[in-house]
Amino acid sequence: MSERATLVCRDLRAEVEGKEILQGVDLEVAQGEIHALMGPNGSGKSTLAYTLMGHPKYVVTGGSATFDGQNILAMTADERARLGLFLCFQYPTAIPGVTTVNFLRAALRSLGKEMPAREFLKRLNDEMAQLRIPESFRSRYINDGFSGGEKKRSEILQLAMLRPRLAVLDETDSGLDVDALRTVAEGVMQLAGPDMGVLVITHYPRILEFLRPDAVHVLHQGRVVTSGGYELAQRIESDGYEPILGTAVAEPAGV
Amino acid sequence: MAVEAKDLTKDYQWGFHDEDISVFRTAKGLSPEVVAAISQHKGEPEWMLKFRLKALDHFTKRPMPSWGADLSGIDFDNIYYYVKPVEEMGRTWDEVPESIKRTFDRLGIPEAERKFLAGVSAQYDSEVVYHNIREDLGKLGVIFSDCDTGLREHEEIFRKYFGTVIPPNDNKFAALNSAVWSGGSFVYVPKGVKVDIPLQAYFRINSDNMGQFERTLIIADEGASVHYIEGCTAPNYSSDSLHSAVVELIAHKGARIRYTTIQNWSDNVYNLVTKRAIAHEGATVEWIDGNLGSKVTMKYPSVYLMGEGAHAEVMSAAFAGTGQHQDAGSKAIHVAPHTTSNIVSRSISKGSGRTSYRGHIKVLPKARDSKVSVRCDALLLDEEARSDTYPYMDIDNPDVTVGHEATVSKVGEDQIFYLTSRGINEQEATALIVNGFFEPFVKELPMEYAVELNRLLALSMEGAIG
Repeated sequence: MSERATLVCRDLRAEVEGKEILQGVDLEVAQGEIHALMGPNGSGKSTLAYTLMGHPKYVVTGGSATFDGQNILAMTADERARLGLFLCFQYPTAIPGVTTVNFLRAALRSLGKEMPAREFLKRLNDEMAQLRIPESFRSRYINDGFSGGEKKRSEILQLAMLRPRLAVLDETDSGLDVDALRTVAEGVMQLAGPDMGVLVITHYPRILEFLRPDAVHVLHQGRVVTSGGYELAQRIESDGYEPILGTAVAEPAGV
Repeated sequence: MAVEAKDLTKDYQWGFHDEDISVFRTAKGLSPEVVAAISQHKGEPEWMLKFRLKALDHFTKRPMPSWGADLSGIDFDNIYYYVKPVEEMGRTWDEVPESIKRTFDRLGIPEAERKFLAGVSAQYDSEVVYHNIREDLGKLGVIFSDCDTGLREHEEIFRKYFGTVIPPNDNKFAALNSAVWSGGSFVYVPKGVKVDIPLQAYFRINSDNMGQFERTLIIADEGASVHYIEGCTAPNYSSDSLHSAVVELIAHKGARIRYTTIQNWSDNVYNLVTKRAIAHEGATVEWIDGNLGSKVTMKYPSVYLMGEGAHAEVMSAAFAGTGQHQDAGSKAIHVAPHTTSNIVSRSISKGSGRTSYRGHIKVLPKARDSKVSVRCDALLLDEEARSDTYPYMDIDNPDVTVGHEATVSKVGEDQIFYLTSRGINEQEATALIVNGFFEPFVKELPMEYAVELNRLLALSMEGAIG
């Protein structure tokens, strides 16, 4: 394990149900950095997130992706998680009958981070308080009947408990009101630091006001077309994507 | 209470069998002579012999049921109907023969008793070999014995209730049990006595080609309450065994009976059980019924709601692996007004396994203002697995609330991906989903049974991931 693990994508290509969505993504995110990935609808942002985590529906057709020098494309999702990757789902799946507590304990055990029950509960309570999650949450079934906001908080709670080396946040800000967005963003900022890198995927620059990313990338038609600092997000906020991507964006060719 | 993934690869854990040390067994097959020999061997009163012979007659005349699971593999002539493993029943653990003790040690019985369970009874083949009840409960007049002892020592109560809930001519297998029954539990809880911790029994088939026909009779007198739990296992033999029990419960006015079973027969046992309860005025009967293993199970715990305000609660869970058919369900017969029934069924099928939910709700004309709720959910673990639902409802009163919900679902790729993305391997992820599906059932179980069930589930899940 090197001191700062880095996610490196080179010409990464992937398809879903026979349709190529990622068409050569180049991207580097190091542990300790916050990167934002922006782009209009259908540009392939979520596909990149799922591909990096190893969803079986997303088939890699070319290029490479490594984390900490290891080829993650040859790994199953649980192996990637054990290497230190984490995905905050945009639409987390309900697992009826599996409580948040049991789920987190099983996950920690799998990650080799098992801790005594007392310590576990203390940490869980602390993290829940931080995220303003009510206590009843512990015994609720994971994502089962959760509201949109509860799902997002639950994802950040898992992030806080599992402490990965690199977290990909897939539109974690969507559907949140301003207060919830602030809570979630503060939660992420608490965790981001030398031990954790963040790749935040978003449509909206608002969450970036809280996260102040080190780098901003714009994904378009399955490729990173431009990168810059936080000011790139600000430009998108004021002018939209068109000046950056050209008029082809609004009405993609061939549609 | 998560399933440990390492358990997923073991064999049927209770598949061991001990050397056959039986002291008496009848000839193979069924005849009036065999039935008489059983009765005579037990030194039963004349009325019981007559009861048995009449039941045998019913059994012989009655055709095999044409509905439900495939029973064509049963060879009634190739079964030992009575095997006596020991000369005398032990009252203390020390009196039980070594080989049988070893078996029960592996099943955890003395441990269970050490945890101060109210009573423990263990049946091995046809006879109960070990039996004990907590002293203070005995002093309150609580009877917990095997059924043979019940007949011998408490004939008056026994005779008053025996065969009244399930008469011998009820169905072919109830008739068979009535003819050759042996062992099982007899429980009587006097008026107003509340037994605060569960009475437990264990049943085990050890002999090849063995039939086990235990008979259980539980009576809770007015205002009494009791929780009875039984666990069942059998070793693997090359030829099939038959388990055909009859369980009768009587809950008098204001009484409460909870009956919890976890059955884990090996996959060559035909498990054909008749379970029925009568709930009088204001009484509550709860069946908590878990079915794993066996080749074929047909079992539909029923409650006859005879008195006003009586309540039935049936919660069942079934797991069918490859080659297994769990045909289970429930019946609630609403006879009196203001009666309520709540039926929850969960089933899982894997490989070529098949589960069926078969339910019958009957509301009679007088049962006004009654409430019925039925919910059955099936989970399929792969493409080949199968689940069917056969809900029958006869409602003869307009003033009744009836709810029925049924779902069939598959373990989803997205659920597995979600769990594995957190570091949990695929096998454990499936086990978590399966355990979660049974959670409403498992949380009704005492802790050690919940742990046991999750472990058994893990064993049954072996190879679920291919």
